[in-house]
Amino acid sequence: MLTDSPWLSALIWIVLIMTALYLGRSSARGALMALARTLRGQLRLAGRALSRARTGLAERSRQVLLAQGSEAKERLVSREFERITATVNRDLARYPETQRLLSETIARIDEDHQNATDVPPEVPGWSKAVDAVAKVSVKADPTVKHVLEAIHGSLARAEADSLKAYRDASRKRHQLLSRMRPAWQTIQATLKRTDRAVNSILERSRSIDRHMAEYEAIVEGRDHALRSLSTSALVQFAIASLVMLIAIGGAVINFSLIARPMAEMVGGTSYIGPFQTADIAALVIILVEMSMGLFLMESLRITRLFPVISALPERTRLTMVWVSLGLLTTLACVEAGLAYMREVLLQDELATASALRGIAESSMAAETLWITTAAQMGMGFVLPFALTFVAIPLESFIQTFRHVASLVVMGIMDLIIVALRLAGNLAWQAGVVTLHVYDLVIFAPLWMERVSARRRARRAAQAIETAADDPVPAESAEQPINYRYGEAPA
Amino acid sequence: MNLERNSFGGLMLGLVLALGGCGEPAKHDVGVYMLLDTSGTYTDEIGKAQQIINFTLSQLNPGDSFAVARIDTASFSEKDIVARVTFDERPSTANGQKRQFQESVNAFVDEVQPAGYTDISGGLLQALEYLNEKDPGRKTIFIFSDLKEDLKEGYVRDFSLTFTDVDVVAMNVTKLRSDNVDPREYLDRLTEWETRVQQGGGQWRVINDLDRLERLFRS
Repeated sequence: MLTDSPWLSALIWIVLIMTALYLGRSSARGALMALARTLRGQLRLAGRALSRARTGLAERSRQVLLAQGSEAKERLVSREFERITATVNRDLARYPETQRLLSETIARIDEDHQNATDVPPEVPGWSKAVDAVAKVSVKADPTVKHVLEAIHGSLARAEADSLKAYRDASRKRHQLLSRMRPAWQTIQATLKRTDRAVNSILERSRSIDRHMAEYEAIVEGRDHALRSLSTSALVQFAIASLVMLIAIGGAVINFSLIARPMAEMVGGTSYIGPFQTADIAALVIILVEMSMGLFLMESLRITRLFPVISALPERTRLTMVWVSLGLLTTLACVEAGLAYMREVLLQDELATASALRGIAESSMAAETLWITTAAQMGMGFVLPFALTFVAIPLESFIQTFRHVASLVVMGIMDLIIVALRLAGNLAWQAGVVTLHVYDLVIFAPLWMERVSARRRARRAAQAIETAADDPVPAESAEQPINYRYGEAPA
Repeated sequence: MNLERNSFGGLMLGLVLALGGCGEPAKHDVGVYMLLDTSGTYTDEIGKAQQIINFTLSQLNPGDSFAVARIDTASFSEKDIVARVTFDERPSTANGQKRQFQESVNAFVDEVQPAGYTDISGGLLQALEYLNEKDPGRKTIFIFSDLKEDLKEGYVRDFSLTFTDVDVVAMNVTKLRSDNVDPREYLDRLTEWETRVQQGGGQWRVINDLDRLERLFRS
């Protein structure tokens, strides 16, 4: 309080503050604008740096996506070539043999055909002569009769011989014709097989053409190939995540199957951190099973998470297949045993709980006990093998995760960039508004300054009129306020 | 305890953290000491106590300790312990121990005789001694009584007890005939015991609704 009157004190303070603010106006404007400019500059700088980082990330993601896409296409083309090789080895490798078979069959058909074209001897037309001789009267000379009978006999024999020869010839022709039938069928079957093989190769070659076209597009880094790969990666990621979730569900069931009997083996009182050792042991068994499944899939070249395993010599790789399969089977058997033990323990606990509650045990449970026991043992044995197939979605998940994560990070970076630019502009606008408010606070001194300037201008004008010959500088009394706050005020 | 089951996901996460972390291993076992009032007409309530004992047995796990003792004229004695057990680390053996424990309690219930006096303080002292000797991760004392202490002449029990980290649960605190005449007696009795336990550093609870026994092991 400067005086006893609060109003007077307030007025004095206002005047003092206003004077101080007016006197420091130039410095304050400079400081405020420098602050706003610095803030905007720094925020824009940060935005640009982030934008560059985002571009780099996008480029790296693009390269990775293209590399993965080209690798996948190479695998597909390689697989198609393997299939073509298998088809060629299976069907077309025996082509010379097939050709010889066809030639021989055709030659045999040709020969049979030639033989079948030989005309059989005509049926003799002696029947009428034989009948005429037979009808000659026997009342004639006995010698003539004897001669005629001899002639009749000879003619009848000759007719029988001729008929036999004709029938033989016809039978032979039919035999030849019927022998040609299986040969035709052989030719038809051989041609069908060859046709199938050729069609398969043609189909594969069309597939290879399509893959090669896509491969070229990927290698050249075309936009549509990149979009297609990106979409494919997102779909793969979603599917792999879903399957992984299902697999986690299976692992949880597996865990609950073996956690309880594990307490019987390792004890139910020991803890590692806040968790029971039995639980951790059960979890470790499941993780070991999953690892074995992963190695099995790698050794079978179904997945390619570990290039070292794929590059192993064939013999070593096969050994690894059998070793991992053996370990997996052993662990599955262990799990089946633990599942059986679980059922036994469960029954024991139920019996104890019934005794504690004073309730008689249900006889129904004992009769159907084998069903639940068998089901649990079956699940304990099957689940480790089922979890083996997690390796496939896991591979997809790992391969696509980078791309999806890049997309998410790029989205976040975009948001931050926009926020930084917005914040920079806001800082600048806030500086301008602050200056206006500053001027509003010291409106009285500013008004006085303006009035004083007008007076000075008026006096200058009168001086000009008085000394008409003197050139007057064109100076306006109404000087506009300089709103370009980046510059020092005039 | 069975009441706390760790999920698979939590186990996965916790395994990494636990294996990475170091420090003193935490105790997870539970020690329960149950005092049964056998004085006068309260002996009629012993059937309810049996129900609580069976429930407690069903809730305890391998490694936990449990003892049941009677409150009689001079309760600060190991002779008053009806049955006691520390469960084996194997669940199957622990189940067998639970059945044996139950049989011991049943035999006691069949033969119990009403005591002339009620020495609750002596029983509490015996309970504290037992629990401190076992040193479990969580200590609980159940008092199945009307909390009316009636000491024989010459017995000194007006000393403070140390209940550090002990959860004391009074159960089935029945009202006496005199409580009906002046309910303040009942309330004062409860307050007196609560004050005594809390001054000794323990936690005090009263559970009279025996249909909801699952609250017994809630802290």
